[in-house]
Amino acid sequence: MPLNLDQVERLARLSRIEISAADSGETRDQLNGVFALIEQLQAADTRGILPMAHAVELAQRLREDIVTESDRREAYQAVAPEIENGLYLVPKVME
Amino acid sequence: MEWEVVIGLETHAQLQTKSKIFSGSSTAFGAAPNVQANAVDIALPGVLPVLNRAAVECAIRLGLAVGGRIAARSIFARKNYFYPDLPKGYQISQYEIPVISGGSLAIIVGQGEQGYEKTVQLTRAHLEEDAGKSLHEDFHGKSGIDLNRAGTPLLEIVTEPDMRSSAEAVAYAKALHALVQWIGICDGNMQEGSFRCDANVSVRPKGSEKLGTRREIKNLNSFRFMQQAIDYEVHWQIATLEDGGRIEQATVLFDPATGETRAMRSKEDAQDYRYFPDPDLLPLEIIPEWIARVKAGMPELPAEMKLRFAPDYGLSAYDAAMLTVSRETAAYFEDCVAAAGRENAKLCANWLMGELAARLNKEGGEIAAAPISPLQLAALVRRIADGTISNKIGREVFDALWNGDAQDVDELISARGLKQITDGGAIEALIAEVLAANPKSVEEFRAGKEKAFNALVGQLMKATKGKANPQQVNELLRRKLSG
Repeated sequence: MPLNLDQVERLARLSRIEISAADSGETRDQLNGVFALIEQLQAADTRGILPMAHAVELAQRLREDIVTESDRREAYQAVAPEIENGLYLVPKVME
Repeated sequence: MEWEVVIGLETHAQLQTKSKIFSGSSTAFGAAPNVQANAVDIALPGVLPVLNRAAVECAIRLGLAVGGRIAARSIFARKNYFYPDLPKGYQISQYEIPVISGGSLAIIVGQGEQGYEKTVQLTRAHLEEDAGKSLHEDFHGKSGIDLNRAGTPLLEIVTEPDMRSSAEAVAYAKALHALVQWIGICDGNMQEGSFRCDANVSVRPKGSEKLGTRREIKNLNSFRFMQQAIDYEVHWQIATLEDGGRIEQATVLFDPATGETRAMRSKEDAQDYRYFPDPDLLPLEIIPEWIARVKAGMPELPAEMKLRFAPDYGLSAYDAAMLTVSRETAAYFEDCVAAAGRENAKLCANWLMGELAARLNKEGGEIAAAPISPLQLAALVRRIADGTISNKIGREVFDALWNGDAQDVDELISARGLKQITDGGAIEALIAEVLAANPKSVEEFRAGKEKAFNALVGQLMKATKGKANPQQVNELLRRKLSG
């Protein structure tokens, strides 16, 4: 099922990336190339095979509920573009 | 047209662990911004999440408490969306295979005569991480981000669309709120956001099987707001449909200032979140031995206790339900009965649900910290049961204990001379006095006015300062008047 330009636009919005009108045609064609590969994979008969959640056949290891971390805010915020009163500042997002 | 309201609830309960679900940062509330956010929580490249055993144990406790199925193997998934308080660009959650499925919760809706019981079916409960907090105050047109809350463990508990009114939704939320505290997995502090509900609300013509289009009210953090928001939303949806309009699926916010709900954003579909299994986390396996160990450490559950209370203490199902609304209430009641004697259980229940509950309700405060201890209430109940004091004087004693004017019930009764007058001779003497002083009432009574009798009883109780046994006064007075 090839993608159309509207779907490309929607994906771009969900991914918060900007695709110019000039580039959207090429992006669509590249994505459709990927979809063709997926379609090929989907042709394989997977009846009776349980979906795999992970490539490794192991179970999750658990940690004990202990606080092991100390305050390293200063180090983390040294590389932040903008901070104030201990907060990271970002462009305003309101819904 | 008659409409039917359909409500399903999604509740986020913050789990009472010391550290976060996938990192060793503290989850303590109220720290300075970002001092409890480590490399995993702020999503620095190359970090890996490691699951907290205690968070899983909380999920097992809930699964046992609601009779749900605890998955032997469940999967963590990435829920992808962009928001600044979610630094990874995805939330680690569970999607196709949650840790708990099914189960149910019994609720009581309404009070007294109008009260009824109902069972709400649960769909699932899954483990996930909380996001950080965005502060939209004045940061020169920017938002401030605090990631202390990012990675706090949550259990999202989802119901079937089983509730049919805001009252039922609130009753369910209260029952779940009590249960998560009862089993010790969540502190239930709604002001601090430890227990937050989203309500999916739709309406449909009564008798219709098909569900109407729903709108989701987000982040209801008080029972009062939940009631107001659902009532407003239901009213709005019915008005919209009756005006020939259509309901669009949407996420809405409740504004407590206006009492209205307003649409927030068009609802993203599940496919927009592009869920997929998180390659950083292996499947979570829960072996039966682990479940058995957790079960062995569980307290008696409210539902079990409720079933036991009715026959053990000779209480109605309603009383039993009211006394098991919280673990503290149940413990208070059982301590009280242990001291007052099982034969006085009903009287203990009446005082607990009556005077004590009313006072706590009026003055605020938790039953565990009530100014009157279960032992003091038991002493009071015993003195009423054995006829030392009347029920009415009991209230005076209760007041004195509540206000801290006295500690010991018996000392108070003797110090204030509150002992009930049961000496027939003394009462008869008083009756003679009262009859002599109220010839008009006597005449009216003899002329057939029953009201006059009550007036005389009133005078007598006044003369004894309420200390006479009302039943005895009634009997003796009637005998005297008819004699």
